[in-house]
Amino acid sequence: MTVVTDDTLPVTTRAMRDEMIVFAAMAALLVIVPWSGIYPFFVMQALCFALLACAFNLLIGYGGLLSFGHAMFLGTAGYCSGHALKVWGLPPELGIIVGVAAAFVLSVVTGYISIRRQGIYFAMITLALSQLLYFIYLQVPFTHGEDGIQGIPQDHLFGIFDLSKPTVLYYVVLLGFLGGFLLIYRIINSPFGEVLKSIRENEQRAISLGYRTDQYKLLAFILSGTLAGFAGSLKVFVAQNASLTDVHWSMSGEIVLMTLVGGLGTIFGPVVGAFVIIAMQQYLASFGQWVTVIQGGIFVICVLTFRRGVIGEIAHYFRRSL
Amino acid sequence: MQALYAQLLVGLINGSFYALLSLGLAVIFGMLNIINFAHGALYMMGAFVAYFLLNLAGINYWLALLIAPIVVGIFGMILERTMLQWLTGLDHLYGLLLTFGIALVVQGVFQNYFGSSGMPYAIPDELKGGMNLGFMFLPVYRGWVVIFSLVVCLATWFLIEKTRLGAYLRAATENPTLVRAFGINVPRMITLTYGLGVGLAALAGVLSAPINQVRPLMGADLIIVVFAVVVIGGMGSIMGSIITGFALGVIEGLTKYFYPEASNTVVFVLMVLVLLVKPTGLTGRAA
Repeated sequence: MTVVTDDTLPVTTRAMRDEMIVFAAMAALLVIVPWSGIYPFFVMQALCFALLACAFNLLIGYGGLLSFGHAMFLGTAGYCSGHALKVWGLPPELGIIVGVAAAFVLSVVTGYISIRRQGIYFAMITLALSQLLYFIYLQVPFTHGEDGIQGIPQDHLFGIFDLSKPTVLYYVVLLGFLGGFLLIYRIINSPFGEVLKSIRENEQRAISLGYRTDQYKLLAFILSGTLAGFAGSLKVFVAQNASLTDVHWSMSGEIVLMTLVGGLGTIFGPVVGAFVIIAMQQYLASFGQWVTVIQGGIFVICVLTFRRGVIGEIAHYFRRSL
Repeated sequence: MQALYAQLLVGLINGSFYALLSLGLAVIFGMLNIINFAHGALYMMGAFVAYFLLNLAGINYWLALLIAPIVVGIFGMILERTMLQWLTGLDHLYGLLLTFGIALVVQGVFQNYFGSSGMPYAIPDELKGGMNLGFMFLPVYRGWVVIFSLVVCLATWFLIEKTRLGAYLRAATENPTLVRAFGINVPRMITLTYGLGVGLAALAGVLSAPINQVRPLMGADLIIVVFAVVVIGGMGSIMGSIITGFALGVIEGLTKYFYPEASNTVVFVLMVLVLLVKPTGLTGRAA
């Protein structure tokens, strides 16, 4: 089950130091965005997708499980947060909790079902489950079908931070992203993460060493799904709507694409990939359906020639893990 | 009662498409170790080729039934030669990602030129009208689709399970290196297998054109249902794929009659139930 490349170096202190330097540089760059003249809405959107892709990468890059249905966590958390904020009138912090809790419950249920099969079947099962959810959301009244939940309010977070101000909202989203990113980083480097990697490399051997691999995979799935839900809840404040697009299979495909472009199983790859893909969609928006064609083309080129992704290639060149 | 029979017939027709598509997926997976995500897009291409043949060249349905699978099959073989063959030895997942990319490109190109709306394709004169069976009114074309699909499925089963060529194919699925040592050109067999699987998808596309209209995204949602069918049935046996495909179509049809709200989701719900009870799928071999 080696999805990822050969450069799975042990986490040495040197690698840790490199990663911390890159993380600090990334955080510093992101902090100064509001003064740079870059459209903050674009960066906020990219940050939400970056966190989503990082959560997805936790599963594929470190657990070797390709989920083709991660949009279901994005969409579910979005709908539930949106409903809680708009209809129940809950404050933002509780709205986020509702969305994340919904994603947690969903990931427990879908994880329990899908980890019963491996590899290619796992991908097909997650895709089918997310399609099942798509049809449910199309029919139940609270999602408002094709219209989605529109005009979700941006209230005061903790009663203090006014989320309707773009700069405040930007820093809240940035903080959410950095927190989620560090949590994933911590998980990857924990004993749990090490066992997960061993399952990816050779599940039979992990079983023979006495690990209950199903439990590890399920926990990885739950962590990944819940964090993806957190990204979905943050996105509600940025986009101010929750719609069927977020649950559609094409969204799941985009998440895969982002991670693939940046580098499967790299720490910073999904972030880079998310920015690349979101920027591409922004600049090519006027080309209509050709964007789909270009995205498909990128998939093909990545798989055929560029399997390590941007960060994976850089890391391979410098013989570091990033 | 009339409505029940009508929905059963619709179910059988959908079941024919599920069977033809999951059959192709199983054959391709056996030889190439790839789940062909582009299967839905190639199904759509089959319908479009029939549409072009009729409207641009005046070639009728019967010839389209023969030409479209060949054209799409050749297109598939070009894909296999130029792209898929480079994935040998890599993880299965890359095959899924590559064919997903191909599906996006193909569907995107067609969407650009034809939008998302459907274009009608007339039922051929010979199959117009219907007959009264006493208990229901059977549109001739629909009856034809079910019977013809069943014949094609059984012919494919016969080809793979009962002929010498099929024996080579099954042997190469088990152990390609050994079969090569006997002097059989396995890479060419792989290419032809992909062409065959894809041709079956295109054939399903032509059959569905008069019923479901010709749309760029007609295969996009269908392929996900077919994936669920494959998970339920397993890809171990050809006959298993055929039976599961038809059976799920019928169950879907019955659901449309008794509880229409769940007709979109019933196959997925069944997949969940099967996974909970018998995770290896109905035909049973672990993957």
